[in-house]
Amino acid sequence: MKLDSMYQEVILDHYKNPHGRGLRDGDAEVHHVNPTCGDEITLRVRYEGTRIEDVSYEGQGCSISQASASVLNELLVGKELADARKIQETFLELMQSKGKLEPDDAMEEVLEDAVAFAGVSKYPARVKCALLSWMAWKDATAQALGGAEAERKTA
Amino acid sequence: MTQLPGLLDTEAIRKDFPILDRLVHDDRKLVYLDNAATSQKPRQVLDALAEYYERYNANVHRGVHVLAEEATALYEGARDKVASFINAPSRDEVIFTKNASESLNLVANMLGWADEPYRVDSETEIVITEMEHHSNIVPWQLLAQRTGAKLKWFGLTDDGRLDLSDIDEIITEKTKIVSFVLVSNILGTVNPVETIIRRAQEVGALVCIDASQAAPHMPMDVQALQADFVAFTGHKMCGPTGIGVLWGRQELLEDLPPFLGGGEMIETVSMHSSTYAPAPHKFEAGTPPIAQAVGLGAAIDYLNAIGMDKILAHEHALTEYAVKRLTEVPDLRIIGPTTAEERGAAISFTLGDIHPHDVGQVLDEQGIAVRVGHHCARPVCLRYGIPATTRASFYLYSTPAEIDALVDGLEHVRNFFG
Repeated sequence: MKLDSMYQEVILDHYKNPHGRGLRDGDAEVHHVNPTCGDEITLRVRYEGTRIEDVSYEGQGCSISQASASVLNELLVGKELADARKIQETFLELMQSKGKLEPDDAMEEVLEDAVAFAGVSKYPARVKCALLSWMAWKDATAQALGGAEAERKTA
Repeated sequence: MTQLPGLLDTEAIRKDFPILDRLVHDDRKLVYLDNAATSQKPRQVLDALAEYYERYNANVHRGVHVLAEEATALYEGARDKVASFINAPSRDEVIFTKNASESLNLVANMLGWADEPYRVDSETEIVITEMEHHSNIVPWQLLAQRTGAKLKWFGLTDDGRLDLSDIDEIITEKTKIVSFVLVSNILGTVNPVETIIRRAQEVGALVCIDASQAAPHMPMDVQALQADFVAFTGHKMCGPTGIGVLWGRQELLEDLPPFLGGGEMIETVSMHSSTYAPAPHKFEAGTPPIAQAVGLGAAIDYLNAIGMDKILAHEHALTEYAVKRLTEVPDLRIIGPTTAEERGAAISFTLGDIHPHDVGQVLDEQGIAVRVGHHCARPVCLRYGIPATTRASFYLYSTPAEIDALVDGLEHVRNFFG
């Protein structure tokens, strides 16, 4: 069944048992919405220098958007900003691939559980769901760290 | 097969709609339950569009050549068909627009630029309801922001109806315009027009009705409605996209100023000033959607041949059946009236805590097309404390078997996410 390519077991697991859900202290907070479906996320980041101490979030949305936030938390917490950026950019590339990108070993190493979202990229209406928390994280990071390279962007 | 009293001969009707034979996701029969978003188009409408472009295409109201005259006759003929379809006293009261949103924006802008006694300004109030489509909220918010007028609205009861208990406080002597939906696109509620209009008339307010979800589904009589403006769109009633209608009372259309300026809407133009054509042309600047109007005319012929009263009865029978079947689905909560009384054929619901996006995706995999999200009526979702809904909506070609397929599909959804 094709649907299984979107709703990978890994995604459903994250949806049912989300990592790091709930709002905790942070250096910056953002609220992002997906106006087409009403998915919403409030996300906070906490940095120790350039190291991500915590990404906490609360929101409502479909399994894809909720699982994606959970994967983000699992992947990014504890990482250096540069490594996190690489993960975010790789994830964005995968999600914008329209299902044409077959993740290779190198990509799997970077994305870990997030490669499970490859199937979602075939469904244009759902790509924004998967990207919601990642765009929120990018925005929150820019606000928390500021600086010339900070780039504010809404999904 | 389930037989219900009042059903149309859908087997025959469905033969007119080529798209309903489509298979999706390889071998799934399409079950199209997204009619509140847009309807499918019968062969008769598709043929009319093709024939227009193949034989008559020309710009209207200009040129003396044969094609220009024929195209003009077809375009104006479509206006006659619309006027008769809604029982308008005069064909000159029918303005073609691009869609219902444009129709509603047109009314808001007429009133914003009008002289007394119609002018909306900082001393006056605008009244809408909490169940409006965004297209009947945002134009009024814009008008309120630009003029300083106060925007007020009727709230909703827990069972999805308008709360009119404080009608005399909401519609007051200051009210200039009351604009509300006849049939809600998200709740399915049919609103009590008479009560609202009576109060509006008491205070001398104009009334605008959004009939987007009504005109396709029930007989329309603008004289019986007693409103001042009625807006609807062609693509939800078997017509093409890109054609909408604003009906307005003639004396208002004569008094109120134009909104869009350009060709077609003028009488004379000098470099200093212009005078305007009489309505409806005053409100139709530029080359209009000609083929689309012709297509809408063909759609109206099609609907009339079946009979709007029969379509209403068909949909009422389906709605009764759907409400009954959906109520049997565990964890399903209908958002809106839970009976078929005073209710249209759009049914929104939630399914446990499974997000509507996920519901819609799993249904789609089975060939079932529904709408998910806030249906351009986000305040309704906020009112009922839900992020979104799944909506199934029916039309003249919908069948009880499709409702059964939906119910089976929802069982599959529950298993998938269970």
